[in-house]
Amino acid sequence: MAKFTRKGKIKGVPPISTASLPDIVFMLLFFFMVSTTMKETDVNVKVRLPEATETVKLEKKSLVSYIYVGAPKLQHQAQYGTLSKIQLDDQFSDVGDIGDYIAAEWEKKDEKERPLMTVSLKADEKTKMGLISEIKIELRKAGALKLNYSSRKRYTNSKY
Amino acid sequence: MARKSRPLPEINQSSLADIAFMLLIFFLVTTTMDVDSGIYRKLPQWIDQDQEPPKINRRNTFIVLINKNNDLAINGEFAQVSDLKERVKEFILNPRNDINLSEREDKFVEGLGDVKKSKGVVSLQNDRGTDYGAYIQIQNELVAAFNEMRDEFSMTQFGSKFITLSVGEQENVRQAIPTSISEAEPVEIKR
Repeated sequence: MAKFTRKGKIKGVPPISTASLPDIVFMLLFFFMVSTTMKETDVNVKVRLPEATETVKLEKKSLVSYIYVGAPKLQHQAQYGTLSKIQLDDQFSDVGDIGDYIAAEWEKKDEKERPLMTVSLKADEKTKMGLISEIKIELRKAGALKLNYSSRKRYTNSKY
Repeated sequence: MARKSRPLPEINQSSLADIAFMLLIFFLVTTTMDVDSGIYRKLPQWIDQDQEPPKINRRNTFIVLINKNNDLAINGEFAQVSDLKERVKEFILNPRNDINLSEREDKFVEGLGDVKKSKGVVSLQNDRGTDYGAYIQIQNELVAAFNEMRDEFSMTQFGSKFITLSVGEQENVRQAIPTSISEAEPVEIKR
């Protein structure tokens, strides 16, 4: 019957609908928004972490205080020189400031979680141990005994 | 003349994708997905200097020295980092009951019964001029030795690796094989 015959020219392949494209992109967007952690401190020292195989993941970010150790970055070298420096929060500090810093961090934490407070030491692999040892002594004096030597994961053939 | 009112035209949504893409790219660029990880160590409690350190029998100490050139010495002799792990394991486990290696005493551990616990202590000492990287490498080997011993111990006791045990069982294994690494304050070690 004439009713069912196609009128006019034969059409080509219809274009793929892009209506679901925003949905897909939004999904990706939400994933990245949720997984993103914004940097809280600007690191003013050059830190190249040492490599290790026996690393453990730091569990609760809110319980971790960071100590950065390394040579100042280029823009700070005029003021602070090229020798290894300690950075607490946003500023260059001396070994003697660690006690106060730990006490301040201790105050910030929730009372129940205080015993779980961990210090993450992010030190450059070229740092001399003299400075690291002084930091460790200060940490022991301040009572922050849980220490994490931050390091990059290295995979070896021998173990896996 | 009354015109038939048409329905409102739909808003064109084709640019929504572009906006979402722009946001997506912003987050892609700013995201850093670094997972913080490192070697866990517990520092000893601070004690006043005039207190005498506990006396440990000579055969129960395993002395590791790192000098300022990042050379390694075990009990006073030069050694390779690659040998360190096996040497520590041999020292702690002492499978042949060597009189120069650590003593093993019977100790009752809850959930495990009597186990042979080593009295050995690994003493780690470094120079003020040692590189942090070299120090971490040594620490890593020492921790690896203890982790492997715990793994092997768990395999014989529970038939599975240490990491898969329950928290209580892990604690028991830790008591049987404690991480006995003692760190002295750095000194100037002569070449």
